[in-house]
Amino acid sequence: MDFVRRYLLNRLWQSVVTLILATIVVFAGVRALPGDPALALAGEDRDPESLRAIRQQYGLDQSWIVQFWQFVSHAVRGDLGQSIRTGEPVRTMITGALPVTIELSVLAILIASLIGVGAGVVAAVRRGRPAEWAANALALLGLSVPNFWLGLMAILYLSVALGLFPASGFVPFFTNPAANLHHLILPAVILGTGLAAVIMRQTRSSMLDALSADYIRTAEAKGLPPKAVIGKHALRNSLIVVITIVGLQLGALISGAVVTERIFALPGFGKLTVDAVFQRDYPVIQAVVLVTATAYIVINLLVDLLYSVIDPRIRVRGDA
Amino acid sequence: MAVAEAVTAGTPLRSNRRKVVRRIVRNPLAIAGLVVLGIAVILAVFAPWLAPHEPTETHLSNAFAPPGTAGYLLGTDDLGRDVLSRIMFGLRASLHVALLAVATSLVIGVPLGLIAGYFRAVDALISRFTDLVLAFPFLILAVGLAAIRGASLGNAAIAIGIAQIPGVIRIVRSETLRLKSLDFVSAAIVEGAGDAWVLGRHILPNAASVVIVQATVAIPAAILGEAVLSFLGLGIQPPAPSLGTMLSDAQQFASRAPWAAVMPGVAIMLLTLAFNVVGDSLRDALDPKASRR
Repeated sequence: MDFVRRYLLNRLWQSVVTLILATIVVFAGVRALPGDPALALAGEDRDPESLRAIRQQYGLDQSWIVQFWQFVSHAVRGDLGQSIRTGEPVRTMITGALPVTIELSVLAILIASLIGVGAGVVAAVRRGRPAEWAANALALLGLSVPNFWLGLMAILYLSVALGLFPASGFVPFFTNPAANLHHLILPAVILGTGLAAVIMRQTRSSMLDALSADYIRTAEAKGLPPKAVIGKHALRNSLIVVITIVGLQLGALISGAVVTERIFALPGFGKLTVDAVFQRDYPVIQAVVLVTATAYIVINLLVDLLYSVIDPRIRVRGDA
Repeated sequence: MAVAEAVTAGTPLRSNRRKVVRRIVRNPLAIAGLVVLGIAVILAVFAPWLAPHEPTETHLSNAFAPPGTAGYLLGTDDLGRDVLSRIMFGLRASLHVALLAVATSLVIGVPLGLIAGYFRAVDALISRFTDLVLAFPFLILAVGLAAIRGASLGNAAIAIGIAQIPGVIRIVRSETLRLKSLDFVSAAIVEGAGDAWVLGRHILPNAASVVIVQATVAIPAAILGEAVLSFLGLGIQPPAPSLGTMLSDAQQFASRAPWAAVMPGVAIMLLTLAFNVVGDSLRDALDPKASRR
C-alpha cells in the first residue's frame, strides 16, 4: 500500500512540474512574438491610449517575474483575457467550444474501441484465415489514410451525393439529441479511423499472447468452451488496451479533432484554434495552447491512475 | 529454426544484415512497398524534368478537364492546372518536409536518448523534457509556431520534428538501458573505455536498428502531418504545390471536379501505405520473434 501511495504521489508531482513548465513555455512563447507584444495584442487598434491600456492590463510595463505571476494568477482564476477581435472574454469562447470537441472525441473513442477490439479479437482467433488477413489490411489502411481526406470523401459521396448525413453544422445535444448524433456520427467515425487501427493491432497482439498463456491452456484443458475462454479474456484485456492506446494517442486525437472540426464546420475547440491563428488573435492562441497542454497533462495523469487501478503490474513501471 | 532465430534477435545489426535483407526480399508485400516508394522518390526528385506541365501554370480554357483529357492524364483543377504535375511536385514537398522533420527529431532525440539511458543522473531531467514536449500535441505546436514565426514549409517541418522527439528519446533510452546491461559493454568499461567511447562505439551502432525502425514509423507520420498543416493553411503556402493545399483548394469545387480531391489523397495514402508496409516488414525482419506471433 505504501508503495502504491508513493507511486501515485510521484506521478502527481511529475504532472505538476510538467504543468508549470508548460505554463512557462506558453508565457515565453507570447513574449517571443516579433515586435512589441502590445502592438500584437492591440490588433488593428493602434492609438497610443489603448496601447498604454493594454500594457497596463497585461502588465507589460512590469518585470518578467511580475508579469509571469500575473499571467498565472489570472489564468488560475479563469481569466484568460479577451479576444482582440470580438472583445469577448476568452473563457466564454472556450467553454462554448469545448463541449463540442469533448463529445466528438468521446464518440470517436467509443466507435474506435468497438471496431478496433472487435477486429483485433477476430484477427487473433482466426489466425491465418482470410478474416485475419482482411482485419490486418484494414488496420494498415486505417493507419495510412489521411483522415481529413477521408472526411472530404465522406462529405462528397455520403453527404452531398447520397444525402445520408449532413455535410456540416452542429446541433447541441440538449436541443435535439437525435439531430446532434446525426451531425456528429460521421465526423466521429472519421476521427476514430486511426485510433481504431492502433487499437486493433494492439488487441490482436495481446490476444495472441494471452491465447498461448498457460492459464488459458489450463482453462481449455478443463473443458471450458473456447467461446467462454476468448470472451472472458477479450473483455478483460480490451479495457487495458483501450486505456493504454487512448493515453498514447491523446495528442494525435486532439490534433485530429482540430482537423475534423475544420472539415465538418463544427463550432468546437479546433475551429476556435485555427480561426485564432488566421485572425492573429494572440490572447485566444495563448489560452488555447495553455488549455490544451493542461488538458493533456490532466487526462494523461487520469489514464495512468486508472491504469494502475486496473492492472497492478503497471505500477512497477513508475519506479523503473 | 525458431529457437536459433530468437537467440540472434538481440545481437548487433551488422552481423544480421544479410539475414534481414533476405527476410525482406522474401516478403512480397515488402517488395511491393519498396517499388511504390522507389517510384514516388523518382517522381519527386525528377519532378522538374518529368512533370508534363509547370505545377503553377494556369490554363483557364482547360479548367475542370476530367482525367484522361489529352495532355492532362489526371485532369485539371479550377484554374486549369495539371493535377498530375502538381501531385509530382506535391510529393517532392511531402518528402522534403518529412525528411527534414525526421532528421530534426533524430539529431536532437538520439543524443538525448543515449544520455538519458546511460547517465542515471540526468534521466529524470530528460524525462521531464519529454513530458513537456508531449503536452503540446503536434497541431497545437504548429499553431503556436505559425503564430510566432509565420506559416511556412520550414516551420511545419520544425513543428512535426519537435513533436517526434519524445518518441525517439524513449526508444533510444530503453535500447541504451538494455545494451548497457550486456556483457560486451561491461567488458569495455572494465577495460577502461571512456563514456564517450562506449556510447559512440558500442551502444550507438547497436541501437541503429531501433532508430531505423522508428524512422520508418516517423516518416509516414510526418507526411500525414505536413498534409494536415498545409490543408489548414499552416504549412506550405499557395501557389506552391503541396498535397495538402491541393486538397484544401479542391474542397471548394469537389462536387464539380471530384478527381481534384480524390487524386492527391490517393497519392498521400499510397505513399504512407508503402512506408508503413516497408516499416512493418523491416521490424519483423529485425525481430523475428515478434513476427512469429
